[in-house]
Amino acid sequence: MNLRRFAPLFAAAVWSLLPSAPAAAATHTYTVVVDKMKFGAMPAEVHLGDIIVWDNRDFLRHSATDKGVFDIDLPAGKTVRMRVTKAGTFPFICKYHPGMKAVLKVEK
Amino acid sequence: MRYKLAGFVAATAMAVAGVAMAADGPNDAQIAHIAYTAGNIDVAAGKLALKKSHNKAVREFASEMVRDHNAVNAKALALVKQLKVTPQDNDTSKALTKGATEETKKLSALNGAAFDKAYVANEVAFHKTVTGALKSTLIPSAQNAQLKALLESGLTLFNEHEQHAEHLATELK
Repeated sequence: MNLRRFAPLFAAAVWSLLPSAPAAAATHTYTVVVDKMKFGAMPAEVHLGDIIVWDNRDFLRHSATDKGVFDIDLPAGKTVRMRVTKAGTFPFICKYHPGMKAVLKVEK
Repeated sequence: MRYKLAGFVAATAMAVAGVAMAADGPNDAQIAHIAYTAGNIDVAAGKLALKKSHNKAVREFASEMVRDHNAVNAKALALVKQLKVTPQDNDTSKALTKGATEETKKLSALNGAAFDKAYVANEVAFHKTVTGALKSTLIPSAQNAQLKALLESGLTLFNEHEQHAEHLATELK
């Protein structure tokens, strides 16, 4: 049973933060390291329902922000979990340091 | 009066020479003091802006400066403690403080849009000076690898601040 087909159920929801909840079954969890004023390598095959763990190893507060789509606050030295609920290509920045840029690609 | 002026010019020249000459550059204890002083100056300027400005973009920028420079200084303090280095006052730090005192006086006398423009213009200039000093002197002179790494992180951050300030300056025109 492929639970991915249930992913559209989540698609209408906003991008959700998961401070402590474990990932749903059959989803993948990817870690994106944020350090030295840069977003690390982005995962290549993210699908709806997957979890992104933002691991801010920098001593500065950052964010992962695509205005109007998602805005994840990344406190210094903390990890933040985000469930992917929308497919597409999302160029994002750190809203505090807009020179920090990356692209999140999400497939259905 | 002439002596006083000559003394000031000489002191400033020495301070500038201290920043400009990598060969006889500052030692790590002096570099730590210069970096910490520069950070404190920008935190104070940010706090002044938060007190005086009503412009949303300016206030957001000022908050960013207070937060980021406090974070860098906390990191720097932890590092000097770990390295058992006592930051050493020097002519460059003194010149920075003197310049900042004068700038604060000027900014304090302004209000509204005039304050916003002057604050942001000063932020552009200040970050240019600091990134220039980091590149030309402080990073090349630093002996300790951890201090050098922190200064390099600072350079990336302050370049970002400079660009942010420049962008903000064009919005305020």
